[in-house]
Amino acid sequence: MTTEKKGLSAQTLYKIFIYVVLITLAVLIIVPVAWVFLASVKQNSEFYGNPWALPAGFYWQNFVDAWNSASMGSYMMNSILVTVLSLALLLVVALPAAYCLARFHFRGRNFLNTCFMAGLFINVNYIVVPIFLMLRDGDAFLKKALGSGFLMNNLFVLAVVYASTALPFTIYLLSGYFATLPHDFEEAAYIDGATYSQAMIRIIFPMAQPSIITIILFNFLSFWNEYIISMTLMSSATGQKTLPVGLLNLMQAQQSSAQYGILYAGLVLVMLPTLILYMCVQKKLTQGMTVGGLKG
Amino acid sequence: MRPSKSRGRFLALCVAPAVILYFIFMILPTLNVFRMSLFQRGAYSPTETFVGISNFEALFKDVKFITAMQNTILLIVTVTIITFFFAIVFAAILTREKIRGQNFFRIVFYIPNILSVVVIAGIFSAIYKPENGMLNSILSLLSGKTVMILWKDQPMVIVSVIIAMVWQAIGYYMVMYMASMAAVPITLYESAGLDGAGRLTQFFQLTLPLIWTNIRTTLTFFIISTINMAFLFVKAMVAKGMADVGLSFMYAQKDAGLYGYSMAAGVVIFLFSFLLSALVNWVTRREVLEM
Repeated sequence: MTTEKKGLSAQTLYKIFIYVVLITLAVLIIVPVAWVFLASVKQNSEFYGNPWALPAGFYWQNFVDAWNSASMGSYMMNSILVTVLSLALLLVVALPAAYCLARFHFRGRNFLNTCFMAGLFINVNYIVVPIFLMLRDGDAFLKKALGSGFLMNNLFVLAVVYASTALPFTIYLLSGYFATLPHDFEEAAYIDGATYSQAMIRIIFPMAQPSIITIILFNFLSFWNEYIISMTLMSSATGQKTLPVGLLNLMQAQQSSAQYGILYAGLVLVMLPTLILYMCVQKKLTQGMTVGGLKG
Repeated sequence: MRPSKSRGRFLALCVAPAVILYFIFMILPTLNVFRMSLFQRGAYSPTETFVGISNFEALFKDVKFITAMQNTILLIVTVTIITFFFAIVFAAILTREKIRGQNFFRIVFYIPNILSVVVIAGIFSAIYKPENGMLNSILSLLSGKTVMILWKDQPMVIVSVIIAMVWQAIGYYMVMYMASMAAVPITLYESAGLDGAGRLTQFFQLTLPLIWTNIRTTLTFFIISTINMAFLFVKAMVAKGMADVGLSFMYAQKDAGLYGYSMAAGVVIFLFSFLLSALVNWVTRREVLEM
């Protein structure tokens, strides 16, 4: 009887210990993020006092200033444009390619599959310099030949680069799914007189919807948050910028001018879309993470 | 059978765009990294002169590059050990216990992973800021003078990079190990418990061996990705040149217009990461235990 009681209390202590650890970890994650949200509505004078004080009121002017005078508004439009364009291009290019590579037997198929697999190991950070030089040389050539170049500081080119560098992962994920479908679907469609493209677009793509959503999710996060390629290809001081790059510039400039409120408002503008999306689809994302080829 | 001509046209139309984009923006630049490392290129003119391995020779004598690689190794070792230790231990606790609000914790722990590195750098600069940071204001209050050890132009800045990287990665790996540990059938634990195995024994004899393949794969991926993530974090969090890692050294040479030199650094880091992952794979090999 006594031993049982003792075991029970040890069990309770263990439980309490677990909760303490978990809550500590959760606090360590939530507090800094929440702090930024609170700081984004503080007035500049409040930043010289206690950093743990709650904001005195809702000072929305930070967001107005960030949006207008710090050009976060136009940066945000740029980011939306680049993200949407590169997602659209990626889907248009990767879906048919993955479908053919997974379901048709043709010469060179194995070679292409291996090539795209190898691409999983090429990291963008290594090849950003050659891409930059290639585009700059191309730009110089166009300037000589046509009088004006359009390859540098161009959001569309940036979107093309984003989509291209996401191809290996996307094709790998999609063909993995397409390969599991039985061939009867297309056979039936062909008998009904459908062409190859009709069978692909009308029958197969709608079935691939869950995979397509997973792809959009992961690539949205990586395109929206990316800043190295964007910083390199949109390097003109006066040109357009994406939101993370604009924010980084603000963070570095802010050292001297101390416009804290605007900086934190900018941080909120970058975070908010990803956080909202995450809240809507968190189940999908935490489940989908095992499909990324990491599953043992 | 359908005419093979239309089949061929359909296949070409579907596959060609992807292949062309992939070739131009991934294959070609990758080949160029290796080719350009053997050349010297003017900062403003595209003329290139072949210099053989002299870029590499200069690189291995460059103290800054050596320091950058030391920083890279320091980050890989510390971030990997801390992240994996906590991720595996917490995952083991969370999957074995019935935790109230488990879903809440799962959602919260994953949040850092969806934030941009720029945002994380912003958050951590709000923590370390010497005059009014969340952490430094407390430290300053305790010590009576302004504490700025972890700030971006201080020698200890690498520690703040380590903290930020662990903060970002830990939840992701924890959620992943929870998924793979949940696949271990509960009956195994029950029979182990009947045989008198305690929690710790169960963890080392059952849980770890059963998910070892998963740990091994993720470890290799994590080490490669740490080399890349270290670059993103250093670029966003650290004052220029204070604590370079391999790839940020490479990027700094690009900014200086030394393209050939920069690519030589790229080749060395690439080979380094390749060899390192091979080594890790070899060291961690075990006989696979089936469930």
